[in-house]
Amino acid sequence: MPDEQYALEARGIVKIFGNHVALDAVDFGLRAGEVHALLGENGAGKSTLIKILTGAYQPDGGQVLADGAPIHLDNPQQAQTHGIGTVYQEVNLLPNRFLGHQPTRFGLVDRRKMERESRGILRRYGLEIDPSSELGAYSVAVQQIVAIARAVELSGKVLILDEPTASLDRNEVERLFEIIRDLKARGLAVVFITHFLDQVFAVADRVTILRNGKLIESRALDAMSRTDVVRLMLGKDVAFSGATGVEDARPMGDVLLDYSQYGRKRSVHPFNLTIHKGEVIGVAGLLGSGRTEMARIMFGADAADEGEVSIAGTRTTIARPTDAIRHGFGFCPEDRKAEGIFGDLSVRENIIIALQGKLGWFSALNRDEQMEIAGRFGESMDIRAASLDMPIKLLSGGNQQKVILSRWLATDPAFLILDEPTRGIDVGAHAEIVRTINRLRDEGLALVVISSELDEVVAYSTRIVVMRDREMVAELNGENINPGVIVQAIANHRDEELA
Amino acid sequence: MTRRILSRLANPQLLALVGVLLINWLLFPNFFRITWQDGRLFGSLIDVLNRGAPVAILAIGMVGVIATKGVDLSVGAVMAMAGAVAATLVVAGYPAPVAVAAALAVGLACGLWNGFLVAVLDIQPIVATLVLMVAGRGIAQLITEGFIVTFTDPVLIFIGTGSFLGFPMAAVIALALLVLVTLLVRKTALGLFIEAVGVNRAAASLAGIRSRMLLLYVYGLSGVCAAIAGIIVAGDIRGADANNAGLWLELDAILAVVIGGTSLLGGRFSVPLAVLGALIIQAMNTGILVSGFPPEFNLIVKAALIFLVLIIQSPLASRIMPTRMPVRETSK
Repeated sequence: MPDEQYALEARGIVKIFGNHVALDAVDFGLRAGEVHALLGENGAGKSTLIKILTGAYQPDGGQVLADGAPIHLDNPQQAQTHGIGTVYQEVNLLPNRFLGHQPTRFGLVDRRKMERESRGILRRYGLEIDPSSELGAYSVAVQQIVAIARAVELSGKVLILDEPTASLDRNEVERLFEIIRDLKARGLAVVFITHFLDQVFAVADRVTILRNGKLIESRALDAMSRTDVVRLMLGKDVAFSGATGVEDARPMGDVLLDYSQYGRKRSVHPFNLTIHKGEVIGVAGLLGSGRTEMARIMFGADAADEGEVSIAGTRTTIARPTDAIRHGFGFCPEDRKAEGIFGDLSVRENIIIALQGKLGWFSALNRDEQMEIAGRFGESMDIRAASLDMPIKLLSGGNQQKVILSRWLATDPAFLILDEPTRGIDVGAHAEIVRTINRLRDEGLALVVISSELDEVVAYSTRIVVMRDREMVAELNGENINPGVIVQAIANHRDEELA
Repeated sequence: MTRRILSRLANPQLLALVGVLLINWLLFPNFFRITWQDGRLFGSLIDVLNRGAPVAILAIGMVGVIATKGVDLSVGAVMAMAGAVAATLVVAGYPAPVAVAAALAVGLACGLWNGFLVAVLDIQPIVATLVLMVAGRGIAQLITEGFIVTFTDPVLIFIGTGSFLGFPMAAVIALALLVLVTLLVRKTALGLFIEAVGVNRAAASLAGIRSRMLLLYVYGLSGVCAAIAGIIVAGDIRGADANNAGLWLELDAILAVVIGGTSLLGGRFSVPLAVLGALIIQAMNTGILVSGFPPEFNLIVKAALIFLVLIIQSPLASRIMPTRMPVRETSK
């Protein structure tokens, strides 16, 4: 549809970071008077595209057009003059700042006029607040609305909302949607980024789906079902057949862990989960569905505030990671760089640190013992490092992941929680980690593995739980372990639960 | 084995110290002369050890704090408090061991307070320790009631001015502390844990390291070291001067740690190199004094040194030539 007049358009956008192609010839067209949802999993390229549309990044190829005319955006201020305003997830307003253009009189800011105009603007957004009061004192929802008001007043043509609902409750979301619909009626073009499918279907007219930096689909939402959207996001073209899970003949081991009505407010709804020895429980769900939050409270990284947990039938408390580790737990976090590796420390130290933590500070492993342990895992996990004494930050992502896995294996664990263990790593390391998961299961360990790669989850899981909107919504066994059923369970609406 | 020792001797800090000493020797030919008198050694070199000891002791405590990505600005004020407590107690007739123990306890309490603010209340270290930096000196003045409390207690004076095997007591204490703390962090896993918390506190917690306890330990140790330095300084002048004892020494201690190759961003650290850093600073001070330059030069030279260190540690420099962080040995 090249002859269509778009309020804002991106044509063939390419963005390359180092040797990673973040955006690969992506087209994106935004019409006036529409709400356009931009969807994709982590690393799909959503935020890169937004940053190019707002002038924060410069594209390596392609062009941006406003009303059909090419524009050049060197910085976000320029985007503003072209009518493009953005509201990010973390509200970034000065605590007390005027909403529109500053009216001046005799070269000075006309404070009274400023207040009067601000009040009028806020009223149009349904806010009866004193414009001169400190914004920080209001709720995130109010701040969010003020940020929108400011972006609209300053720009007025295109509004980009980057995960605006992430920290809002249901009523606040509804309020925000009313404002979005109102802006749409005023002819604004709105880009809406979110992880919540329900919200997409509640407010958006069209949807653009990105995956791995490529444009997958862009079309009107009324022609699509939830299942279509999820399938496109996760890249599952296989419909309702395909690989099934691990053969069911395997005898299930003893119960190792039992989480009962376990949950944490504003993080994950109470869930029940019984975990047996020799079992891999796959956790499926979109980003923001509560899968990581569930992993964190299982490990004690965040404390649960309701429910109970028992290990081998005995009730216990897991309020801190040290509690979990004492019981033989291990946890590979999703964000390897921020929470997994110690970048400046050596590969050897990164491997032995959890074991050393378990032994305590007084009984130090000496260098020879450390070398022996690190060497053993370096070999069995095939860690490619020039030396075990080199800083781990110099290793590739896949090798870093193997080191973190080795760190926990060195503690001789009974239960491992792996959050996206294969994300962003090369094919070889990927295969090695999947092989390790299978081997550990056969050795009788219990594992919980979170992954967006449905083919992968299906291949090694003995059972799958599905998360949606911070809630465990389905548990799949036997022949239900296939990508089609999982996609269905992720996409289902709240009211039409899977039987 | 020999090669490893040689390669460790060839570190930039040691070369810098040798360089400063050589310059001193050029400016003041008698710099290396050491004489034996009244059962103890005298000379400029001994002076460097003696005068450098308080900052070296502060640096021994500071290096652990900085390795956890923190900083302890309160050590100068804690020195003043410890000196004030010790002096006031001996003047009031308490035996010296009681006074010393009380001063050390005050130092420990101050350190634990800082640790509590940083580890439990999650206050940024620079702000958390600023509280005590300001309040501590005030408390010290309250203890001394605004006077310089002078004393004649032989034990305290011995700690400040005495000698052991010919060496100044202050230097001997600093050496003992250096050996003790080095063994404590390198023969146990404390050093590794401190570095782990400094490099990535979130990952450390997930790996099962009790980072809060660890932060309490390192700030506690820094407080105790400051108290020791405070007792030495009080003994040296035979009195507690709440206004001037340890004034600005926290900055010298931080500089010593940074010269010793520990980054203010936390992570890898070395106690011996931090002490070496303190000696470099003192060698410059002493050199300027003995060679007859006005003491004002001291500040300019120190500023130049800081500038040099910053340039060497800057990202630009590490891109041009990959600098080596202190290599750690867990066994011989």
